[in-house]
Amino acid sequence: MAFVNLKKKEVQVKIVYYGPGRGGKTTNLEFIYGKFRDRIQSEMVTVKTHGDRTLFFDFLPIDIGKINGYTAKIQLYTVPGQVKYNATRRLVLRGSDGIVFVADSMAVRREKNILSLKNLHENLKNYKKSIFTIPLVFQYNKMDLAEQGIPLLSFATMEKDLNSQLKKPAFEASAVVGTNVVATLKKIIMMTMTSIKDELK
Amino acid sequence: MSYTLGQEQLDGIDEILKNDLVEIGAHTVFLIDMSGNIIASLDDGENKHDIYSLAALAAGNFGAVSAMAKIVGEGEFSLLFHKGKKENIHFSKVLTEFLLITLFGNDLSLGFLRLKVAESVEKIKKILEPIHTP
Ligand SMILES: Nc1nc2c(ncn2[C@@H]2O[C@H](COP(=O)(O)OP(=O)(O)OP(=O)(O)O)[C@@H](O)[C@H]2O)c(=O)[nH]1
Ligand SMILES: [Mg+2]
Repeated sequence: MAFVNLKKKEVQVKIVYYGPGRGGKTTNLEFIYGKFRDRIQSEMVTVKTHGDRTLFFDFLPIDIGKINGYTAKIQLYTVPGQVKYNATRRLVLRGSDGIVFVADSMAVRREKNILSLKNLHENLKNYKKSIFTIPLVFQYNKMDLAEQGIPLLSFATMEKDLNSQLKKPAFEASAVVGTNVVATLKKIIMMTMTSIKDELK
Repeated sequence: MSYTLGQEQLDGIDEILKNDLVEIGAHTVFLIDMSGNIIASLDDGENKHDIYSLAALAAGNFGAVSAMAKIVGEGEFSLLFHKGKKENIHFSKVLTEFLLITLFGNDLSLGFLRLKVAESVEKIKKILEPIHTP
């Protein structure tokens, strides 16, 4: 839930990267951290296990300048994607204003994407929010793997699996290379800020 | 969805944090909401911390501890406190949506600090109660 500080003319917004384990959520934040070092005043916080899997969350605050005369501070989070971490995943989702769903394009991960999206739907309901109305952007990640001959799901298949009813913006991306990472971020920031614009008077 | 606090309310909160907590020797005090947003923060000018990271971790930590309390059949654990060699950290819930976090050194006793935190929480409640958080 965004917080508007009239005294500082500042708005704080929470955007959460969601999706199946190993899909590339943490990699998205790492790329953003590397790219926008100059706009990021603190270190990237990560709570993870030995194997580099997210245990609780990653956190990255960025300043994006002024919107409607308000200084906008965007707090980026990732959830732990592994199925067993649902309790912590739900905690991270609390108060989210916008969501990036990072799906894994690898053909073998097809079912995992669908289950994770279902899980998002349920966890949002738990906070009385609807997956249909919350600002949401899809990212179909790891498209770079095509070059290595790894079987990938086509854009059309992923759209059909995940986005046929929701009809949200979707990007093909590669978080390791950086393709469309910033485009995804810009899109979700724009949608999220638009959703609260009326409250910034 | 968002909620807004105005100049007067935020000044009121700053005042409480300053007079009740920083003045008695707390190093850093901040008020956050459960999403991890920072509503107000104040320090003694000597002890600077990365407040944004602390807020995110504190909100997560508090959420995790509350969830544990529920699992073991406690509504809420009443004392949330981490003790370090030099720096200690104390958490206190304010209404249902907010959290007051105090960092302090060993020159301040936990008992006294808890008393002052409890007083501040009561005052802050009066300011935040009318706020509608959707
Ligand atoms: N080839 C390729 N590998 C990627 C890409 N994005 C992420 N990876 C790799 O996939 C693995 C998992 O990435 P993470 O970013 O840790 O995945 P995550 O979604 O944060 O996973 P959890 O924390 O378990 O939920 C890592 O080895 C990454 O290097 C991509 O675009 N292309
Ligand atoms: Mg991760």
